[in-house]
Amino acid sequence: MTTIQVCIGSACHLKGSYSVINKLQSVIKEKQLDKQIVIKAAFCLGECTKAVSVKVDNHPIQSLDETGVEGFIDALLAEEGV
Amino acid sequence: MRKFETDVQLVKYEVLKEVSKLALEGTLQEKQRTIQKIVDPGPKARFRCCIYKEREITKKRVKLAMGGDKRNPNIIEVIGAACDECPINRFTITEACRGCLAHRCTEACPVNAIYHVGQRAYINQQKCIECGKCKAACPYNAVSDVMRPCRRACPVDALSIDDDKKAVIDYDKCIQCGACVYQCPFGAIMDKSQIVDVINELKNARLNKTNVYAVVAPAISSQFTFAKIGQVINAIKKIGFHDVVEAALGADLIALHETNEFADVIGEKGFLTSSCCPAFVSFIQKKYPSLEGNISTSVSPMIAISRLIKQTDENAKIVFIGPCVAKKTEAKNSAVSGSTDYVLTFEELCAMIDSMGIDIEACEEDDLNNASFFGRIFARSGGLTEAIKHVIEEYNIEADFKPICCDGIDECDKTLKMAKVGKLESNFIEGMACSGGCIGGPMSLHHGHKDRKEVDKYGMQAAEKGVKDSLRIFEIEKLNLHRSTGKKK
Repeated sequence: MTTIQVCIGSACHLKGSYSVINKLQSVIKEKQLDKQIVIKAAFCLGECTKAVSVKVDNHPIQSLDETGVEGFIDALLAEEGV
Repeated sequence: MRKFETDVQLVKYEVLKEVSKLALEGTLQEKQRTIQKIVDPGPKARFRCCIYKEREITKKRVKLAMGGDKRNPNIIEVIGAACDECPINRFTITEACRGCLAHRCTEACPVNAIYHVGQRAYINQQKCIECGKCKAACPYNAVSDVMRPCRRACPVDALSIDDDKKAVIDYDKCIQCGACVYQCPFGAIMDKSQIVDVINELKNARLNKTNVYAVVAPAISSQFTFAKIGQVINAIKKIGFHDVVEAALGADLIALHETNEFADVIGEKGFLTSSCCPAFVSFIQKKYPSLEGNISTSVSPMIAISRLIKQTDENAKIVFIGPCVAKKTEAKNSAVSGSTDYVLTFEELCAMIDSMGIDIEACEEDDLNNASFFGRIFARSGGLTEAIKHVIEEYNIEADFKPICCDGIDECDKTLKMAKVGKLESNFIEGMACSGGCIGGPMSLHHGHKDRKEVDKYGMQAAEKGVKDSLRIFEIEKLNLHRSTGKKK
């Protein structure tokens, strides 16, 4: 099981973290990955200056916006083989 | 620059700031005795009869700022040394007495306490029962009523005067509303602080692997008249908090939860009261125990947001910052324990920021934006009711909602009285112990007639318009928002 944490701290929230979460949820549903990937909201991940902060398990924080969600999931699938 | 409303606020602030400074240094235990000389350098006294008395009072304030007597669970305590300037007798006859023939005062007195010597009436204070009938009867308005401000402020008659003429709080009656703390003109009644515990929690965060979150009450909108809210948020982060979160998001959670609860139980219970104001809840429990079953079992927004954060982060420690004394007691209540770890007031927050040498006005602006308009207006009277109306509409909930908003404890009392005798025309009571709502809280830095507008203005700045928007990503079903079971799932 892979956990994706999405920052919903104020700064990320204003940059659209809710949309990122909703998009992630819909992509995961579409690709039927809900057994492998779980999305969790997290308050501040500590990278407030970048775009929406996203953390996969214990990997370094990445920036993500709504349009990049699909590519992000594909990359994740390729990399982790989930 | 910050302007203090009164010198009472100022002296309290000075003490808190010094305590905070030493706690940060880690030298509080050995150096706490130096604070009285810093706050009251002398040789001349500022407010009291002499410098020694002032220092003695400061010493007591230091003790309360450090948490006070831990054996006494009550958050509010009287500083005996500071309580000695109030008149003891409530009614006296002033020189406006003309020594008339009618003697209406004597006639009106039910206990024969008024006697006449020469051309003047006097009250035998041993007999007087403080009914005030003489005052109402006198055609010259010659009877003065100087009830102690603390007694006048207390809505539950918990204050009395002991043999040493000091105010005493009856802890069985006290609802922790903090009205006496705010009203005592000598600052002789104070709330205990957790400022030292919070500083230690922050200092040890790395060692304990904890993330300490600040949860800020929406009443903040009317507090910092000298700086922007964003600057205050930045300053809070500089103190060392992991993140700052709006308590108003908890209010959004509760607006939805309480609306659903209302729709579910109203048929059976007849009416429901709000539960977000802990002093109002305690008021019902102590003064109207027969109505306890009508109190909403939803937790308060403070508890809701604490549980939400802990759901996302198991290493979270939560510090609530608001204008309220009663929240300090609520956080310790066994029915909700383990949710909010510490409670600070805006007063204590300011002292902490200043003790670290952080200049709020020079800070950059950070964002604070999670909640909706409706969560934010919980800070003022009527806000919860508007939020429930909004939720009913937004979620298409079937409910015949007939609310009454009680602004301040006197209005609460009147409405509860009606409810007790079954004459309530509404089916929902929104109760706020402080007049105006939380913005009128005893630990507000600023009490002004424009505060309500400030809250609405702040509400409009919310990125999320409605409750549905602000909650759309949370797994609310997994969150326990009931008071009775108490434990987190």
